[in-house]
Amino acid sequence: MKPISKFYTALIMLFLFAPIAILLFFSFNEAKSLSVFSGFSLYWYRELLRDSETLGAVRNTLLLAVSAAVISTAMGTAAAVGINKLRSRYLRAAMDTVTNIPMINPDIITGISLMLMFVFVGRLFGAATSLSFWTMLIAHVTFCLPYVILQVLPKLQQMDKSLPEAAMDLGCTPLRAFLKVEIPEILPGVITGLIMAFTLSLDDFVISYFTAGNGFQTLPIRIYNMTKKTVTPKMYALATIIFFVILALLLISNLTDSDGKELRRRARKKHLKSKEVAST
Amino acid sequence: MKNTNYAGRRGGMIRGLSLAPYSVWALLFILVPLFFVAYYAFTDNSFHFTFGNITRFFTATSSVTDDSGTAREVHTYLLIFMRSLKLAVISTIICLIMGYPAAYIISKASGRTQKIMITLIMIPMWMNFLIRTYAWMTILQDTGIFNGLIGLLGLRPVHIIGTESAVVIGMVYDYFPYMILPIYSVMAKMDVKLIEAARDLGCNGFGVLHRVIWPLSLPGVFSGITMVLVPSISTFYISQKLGNGKFYLIGDAIEGQYVANNLHFAAAIAFILMVILLLCMAVMQRAANRRAAV
Repeated sequence: MKPISKFYTALIMLFLFAPIAILLFFSFNEAKSLSVFSGFSLYWYRELLRDSETLGAVRNTLLLAVSAAVISTAMGTAAAVGINKLRSRYLRAAMDTVTNIPMINPDIITGISLMLMFVFVGRLFGAATSLSFWTMLIAHVTFCLPYVILQVLPKLQQMDKSLPEAAMDLGCTPLRAFLKVEIPEILPGVITGLIMAFTLSLDDFVISYFTAGNGFQTLPIRIYNMTKKTVTPKMYALATIIFFVILALLLISNLTDSDGKELRRRARKKHLKSKEVAST
Repeated sequence: MKNTNYAGRRGGMIRGLSLAPYSVWALLFILVPLFFVAYYAFTDNSFHFTFGNITRFFTATSSVTDDSGTAREVHTYLLIFMRSLKLAVISTIICLIMGYPAAYIISKASGRTQKIMITLIMIPMWMNFLIRTYAWMTILQDTGIFNGLIGLLGLRPVHIIGTESAVVIGMVYDYFPYMILPIYSVMAKMDVKLIEAARDLGCNGFGVLHRVIWPLSLPGVFSGITMVLVPSISTFYISQKLGNGKFYLIGDAIEGQYVANNLHFAAAIAFILMVILLLCMAVMQRAANRRAAV
């Protein structure tokens, strides 16, 4: 890299990470201030661990994110398989358009639209508040689905079409061929989709804001409520913990990604070798 | 058409079944809710058909007092919409100007460096966006860290919080990665041979950029623009925190009506925003296609 390129990248990184560095720094502040540092202390971390409302929100967020990720990955993978086999061009285009809607629509419109429907249907059944964990789960699955489909579909398209056919020629039922041949081929896309769905659900505020009931609070909504009042370094302590969890997850996923590639490469080599042996 | 596939009828059945849950889901939770936006937008509180909510958006007026103290009548929601559009466009342009060279530099780096850089750029995206925005609030305050640094340099403190600039800074910070990533992914796939060929044929550095790299990177640029413009035009948190609530944006208007339980008018604003965005995207798509065709 040229020096000027290095300098420019450093500036960009400074812009991206300065606020985060400040946030990490002030989470250790002794006093209540977010801009004057008076001394190192873990006081706000202890406060955070005593805040049962925030801890409850963490639990809710994880519960919601895991459920939404699992459901959207299962349904999205099946949908990708179905879409990939659609023969009609018009049907395919219609499916693509519908799948794109939650991605191009602003979050606020996705949130409002689901909320309006939930409220309307709730009123039909005479319920005072129809918004709950379940409405939120529906909303999260809905906005995660397109991302899962977009991760899995290219893997299906790249796959050699003769593979499942060969399996069926050799006596596999279509289902068995799918499980034994197609699933291993598309697995990397499915896993990426699962991780994306999980992180999207974890981080979503806008759609959750409109579809959440009074009883069920996720972490982003809890943070929103915290920032309505004067914020203490407690929120920064929470952000610091989130930051390190994300960092750990990214490192792990990067490591396993290269490991996974390595393993697949080795398996293929072995397979080729055994083929050579068989042919000689 | 006769099915000659080995999978035969049963394969067809499985194929149909695998798409069924998603089809039902998409119908119920993607398409029907959009119908409800239109339904609420065109009805009054007792669900009778009306154009009232839509006309209210275009005709509602209120009086604002500007800095010189004179009051004037303005179209409330048109003003809010134009302001949202202005701030979102400014933020998008800044993101593009900052992000394009960055994406180019990263795509030219070695494989390992590229991976590290992209991971670094993605980390802030995964931090909660409310916390990121709030951090900027403490930085930009009159007695905040930014003014403290400026003071160390011997400069007079500047008033940023509560101005449109603060809102733009927040938008740029929050959505900047969405500009870099698509441009980078197009540039990383670009064929180096094309650039070499252009050089061999006598193109200078600027010529290569102008005639080869820029046109080839346009799909990334267009998707970067959409990915920054759409969330920044519809945001409702950034303006409340960094604009001190003085710069109501279209997202704030929707949220405000939702909180006030005026669901029909909230739906009307959302409906208008959606139609305008769809038109914008159709125009951009056509521009992109025309560029691709040339």
